[in-house]
Amino acid sequence: MSTPAIEIQGLTKDYPVGFWRKRMRRSLDGLSLEVHDNEIFGFLGPNGAGKTTTLKLLMGLIFPTAGTARVRGRSIDDVAMHREIGYLPEQPYFYDYLTARELLDYCSRFFGFSSQDRRTRIDRFLELVGLVSAADIQLRKFSKGMLQRVGIAQAIIHDPQVVFLDEPMSGLDPVGRREVRDVIFDLKRQGRTVFFSTHILSDAESLCDRVAVLHQGKLQGTGAPGDIVSMETHGMEVLFELRAGAAPPAKLANRAKQTGRRYRLDVPETDLYAALEELKACDARILSVTPLRPSLEDYFFKLVGGEKKPSHALEVAQQ
Amino acid sequence: MSTTAVAASSMAPAPPRAVSTIVAVNTFREAVRDRVLYNLIFFALVMIGAAILVGQISIGIERLVIVNLGLSAISIFGLIMAIFIGVGLVYKEIERRTLYTLLAKPVHRWEFLVGKYAGLLLTLVVNTAFMMLGLAAALWYVAGTFQRSDVTILVAVYFILLELALVTALGLFFSCFSSPMLSTLFTLGIYVTGIFCAEIKAFGELSKNPAMEAVTKVIYYLVPNFHNFNAIAAAAYGDPISLTLVWQNTAYAALYVTLILLAAAAVFSNRNLK
Repeated sequence: MSTPAIEIQGLTKDYPVGFWRKRMRRSLDGLSLEVHDNEIFGFLGPNGAGKTTTLKLLMGLIFPTAGTARVRGRSIDDVAMHREIGYLPEQPYFYDYLTARELLDYCSRFFGFSSQDRRTRIDRFLELVGLVSAADIQLRKFSKGMLQRVGIAQAIIHDPQVVFLDEPMSGLDPVGRREVRDVIFDLKRQGRTVFFSTHILSDAESLCDRVAVLHQGKLQGTGAPGDIVSMETHGMEVLFELRAGAAPPAKLANRAKQTGRRYRLDVPETDLYAALEELKACDARILSVTPLRPSLEDYFFKLVGGEKKPSHALEVAQQ
Repeated sequence: MSTTAVAASSMAPAPPRAVSTIVAVNTFREAVRDRVLYNLIFFALVMIGAAILVGQISIGIERLVIVNLGLSAISIFGLIMAIFIGVGLVYKEIERRTLYTLLAKPVHRWEFLVGKYAGLLLTLVVNTAFMMLGLAAALWYVAGTFQRSDVTILVAVYFILLELALVTALGLFFSCFSSPMLSTLFTLGIYVTGIFCAEIKAFGELSKNPAMEAVTKVIYYLVPNFHNFNAIAAAAYGDPISLTLVWQNTAYAALYVTLILLAAAAVFSNRNLK
């Protein structure tokens, strides 16, 4: 069996809180998980769940109270491990007196590249993250999204085998988010492993081979997004349009929700055909029929104790 | 965006000395791009300009006044830079989280510290060299020539640099675990104590109190004796400075700096970053 890309065993972190009478607060509680080679792994959890703490522990920025972790077989205490990883911190902040080009040059120097190799890499990665035109502007003049882009470039400029991204979509516009998604997929295509934390569940669902859900420092579950949420349907959603001036069938009128010319109707699976017959009778145009399954978002809300009902309108609209 | 364009290339890790050098060069670049630095140079040059003016109205002792004021200006402005930049060296990196990306690279924490220290020291050397040039210009303007005894001015400047090296190490040490405000207080406190440590020891001996004597003796041996590095008066009067004192001061400063940096590395290597 091959060595896992990331192997975490019983990782625990306590922080002292309070000024005079220090007490320990557990931020991460015995986290154990394995991330396989060439996997896109999503690390999910609400704010304060312990995602950033885990990433900081793996990067050696903080030290565990208990437990161990290995990346590609090397202990996280081993600085040589850092040659094989790339890291984008949450809300990254870089030396603002440097330009993007200078920052990438600075970061790539630690990997012993020749000056020619550095120049080539810098040009390519600036192009990759869409910062060619801003390459020689000081980072203090960069927007949050631009900083995120340069942060991604510095994390992967040395072709790391394992890439850790802490909230990589944060601060990016839809185009930027799509570009980051492409980068993540490309990294996987090249055989790399990507471990990223996020609270944007749609990103996790669309990107990840597997996810882990963390809540209050404890691991709640690990698996493919489809394994985490039940595949059992809650019902069916029918999206339809009526001709101008027409009204929905009387039996369905109370249950159909109108948005412009479109109607959305949630019906139990057993009533689906009857509802479709009614709609056919009034010459409705059926746009889609979608099974209602709990999404990762619903699982997430259930986990954190929220009472959010399954909401599929947004997902349907996106389709 | 596609990463496929990037060709895989062989990657050799940067050797440890190179890692510290990379950090040092960047620290120097930061200081050079920091406007505060230029203000300090400006004030130092103003100070030297004032020395020329004062020298002109000090008939017969122009050289004495210019060397005294010039070297004092170099020392004071060097100290201000060493303390105020030194105490923020590590703290600022933690506060702004710029350290996160750096420590995710193959960089030991001690390499980072040595690099930051060397970078600030390089900055201080360059600034002192500029101020020294200003002093030399002022001296040339007033005296019209240089004397053989002016070599002692260079030695005095070298001693100032040794003093700054020590103060920077202290600032860096405190910066590893406390805020810039506290670090400034601690560093200044040790500096002032270090200037007067001989007097503190003498006071203990005079008190005839064994406890007081023991405390003052500990302070005397623990705190670096900054008074040893003051050769401004000797330089102003053109008194020779022995080579023995030069190497003694060099060894003394090197030993203290090494010990302080080792302590800083020990503290910082075990520190959880927020």
